[in-house]
Amino acid sequence: MTTETESPGSVRADSGQQHLDGATRVGLYETMVLCRTFEEAILREYHADKGPGFDIGKGLIPGEMHLSAGQEPVAAGVCAHLTTDDALTATHRPHHLAIAHGMGLRAMAAEIFGRETGLGRGRGGHMHLFDPATHFSCSGIVAEGYPPALGQAFAFKRQGTDRIAVAVAGEGASNSGAFHESINLAAMWTLPVVFVVEDNDWAISVPRDAATAVKSNATRAVAYDIPGERIEGNDVEATWAAAKRAVARARAGEGPSLIEVHTLRLWGHFEGDAQGYRPELAEVPSYDPIPRYEQILRAAGLLDDDAVARAAATAKEKVEDAVDFAKNSPLPDPASATSYVFA
Amino acid sequence: MTITDTTTPAAGATSRRLTTAKAMVDAIAQEMERDPSVVYLGEDVGAYGGIFSSTTGLLDRFGPDRVLDTPISETAFIGLGIGAAVEGMRPIVELMFADFMGVCLDQIYNHMAKIHFESGGNVTVPMVLTTAVGGGYSDGAQHSQCLWGTFAHLPGMKVVVPSNPADAKGLMTAAIRDDNPVVYMFHKGVMGLPWMAKNPRATAAVPDGEHVVPIGKAAVAREGSDVTVVTVSLSVHHALDVAEKLAGEDISVEVLDLRSLVPLDREAILASVAKTGRLVVVDEDYLSFGMSGEVVATVTDHDPTMLKAPVQRVAAPDVPIPYSHVLEYAVLPRPERIEAAVRQAVTG
Ligand SMILES: Cc1ncc(C[n+]2csc(CCOP(=O)(O)OP(=O)(O)O)c2C)c(N)n1
Repeated sequence: MTTETESPGSVRADSGQQHLDGATRVGLYETMVLCRTFEEAILREYHADKGPGFDIGKGLIPGEMHLSAGQEPVAAGVCAHLTTDDALTATHRPHHLAIAHGMGLRAMAAEIFGRETGLGRGRGGHMHLFDPATHFSCSGIVAEGYPPALGQAFAFKRQGTDRIAVAVAGEGASNSGAFHESINLAAMWTLPVVFVVEDNDWAISVPRDAATAVKSNATRAVAYDIPGERIEGNDVEATWAAAKRAVARARAGEGPSLIEVHTLRLWGHFEGDAQGYRPELAEVPSYDPIPRYEQILRAAGLLDDDAVARAAATAKEKVEDAVDFAKNSPLPDPASATSYVFA
Repeated sequence: MTITDTTTPAAGATSRRLTTAKAMVDAIAQEMERDPSVVYLGEDVGAYGGIFSSTTGLLDRFGPDRVLDTPISETAFIGLGIGAAVEGMRPIVELMFADFMGVCLDQIYNHMAKIHFESGGNVTVPMVLTTAVGGGYSDGAQHSQCLWGTFAHLPGMKVVVPSNPADAKGLMTAAIRDDNPVVYMFHKGVMGLPWMAKNPRATAAVPDGEHVVPIGKAAVAREGSDVTVVTVSLSVHHALDVAEKLAGEDISVEVLDLRSLVPLDREAILASVAKTGRLVVVDEDYLSFGMSGEVVATVTDHDPTMLKAPVQRVAAPDVPIPYSHVLEYAVLPRPERIEAAVRQAVTG
């Protein structure tokens, strides 16, 4: 139990165990809005020039596009406890985590548009964002972001810092060897890692219940003798509270923890996914976590029409600036296509 | 049943125009009807019908006991396929992208491919590993590779790479019936998917009924006399386009579609080069230590004097496949690069 004094609009999240003040709560909301605004802009740009019909290879943003709308509570709740000195490894669905972790939107957008000014000079693309400034990386291979996070944590520990690494994967990834090997090794070596599982119920078309033997990945944490928590309801504040505990434990040198958040994939697995396999499709928009959190904060007197409009306008300005920057940036020179294979 | 060496259906046989994906499914369904030991498992192969439409309709027809969605546990479910094959089933197991071989390669090359040998021939592994390959649509360095050269390099598995609907059906039938592990690599660009760039060569006549294309027989996709282009998969389409264009300039290009890398039809390569004396190898896989070198060595091991000009190799120049469209097209064997290589071969 914390002893912080409670400011107006604050709550005790997570059954009263963690104190969450009004400014932090508004901050979580604004982070979520920024993430969503970015995804909406990418959605718009992605589909703007795929026609006639839909050709995945066409347009200013070609290729697969996995957007994170609905999963903002995970990014906001976890990253609130990190600085850009902490490492974060993400998945094929990385944008919300990158933004919440503080990645510069211009270089990120430019990478997604395949421009020379992008994080990876257009070589990587949206599943391969590498940002040394924020120690952020991601992988298109399911679960394969977990192992490198161990190494970053290992280095931080060796270097005598209290920096930590956060490794994020989907619930589908929790059935792979890399997931289990990583948790065991981190536990054995008391590495400062926070393992995060984004359970959005689906691995493309395969529902969690048809693929995962346990109801909660917190059970898997028990198997490796580390703390594990599952957050229901896509609850940003409960996620924030659980992450606070896990991050503190890692920083204190007490080893890894696991947090699974039951979140929501608001859109398709990738753009172009008709989601015919998803029986609850019609109801999905009603579970959107952002309007819901907005209502909670309005009721708490922390947001009003003006504040909501301001958050939306600020996010839009940042995102559209990044998109404009990307679109006005030069494409890579084809003559340089074989560069950067080696240092 | 039709057994053909070429892609032309046998006289008298009826046929339908199908996409490569539908032709593949046609073969799987026929074999599932015929042999109850055939099952199909992998990620999103059930209700979704395969991310690249490799299993559309199979769940409805054969039910969830024979068409199984797996967890994202490639080591476990490919290993499961191996064990089931050892015990007399004929599983078809899908690795969604060949690029994902990294997470499960041990089951593939140390187990699936070696059990027959290590058991002194006493244990067979009659399974098919299907997997999607290839780029051209900006899917980045982890979702665009061909990697057939890597599979082919590792002894103990056959490697088939169909380029067209009829071969997709015939090679699938042969693969399921084969008593060896067969890696069946389908290029996303030849499947005829409605959400990719339209490819007219991805829809063609496919023989009805049983159709078997023997594994290890190349096909002359187009006859010619001035230069041989040896290739596989989507590059066959590009080579045919180039051959058509150059025919107008009196350059006669023969296009040899290898159809399988293991076994490699060396006789077909030699026969064609004996005729033309000029060789271009087109490979969407990486340049070094791969298919293109093997094809050239096939000729030079046999008789280097067959060649009237230096060989041209058009392949991915030992760089991961870049995301940005302009960079990706610079490294893929696009028709412009193939055309330039053919011109070089005939003038050089
Ligand atoms: C090793 C591996 N297997 C399969 C895939 C194909 N794939 C990409 S995303 C995905 C589903 C992942 O589900 P989950 O981990 O729950 O994350 P989500 O997409 O739901 O965010 C699959 C099967 C892959 N990229 N890597």
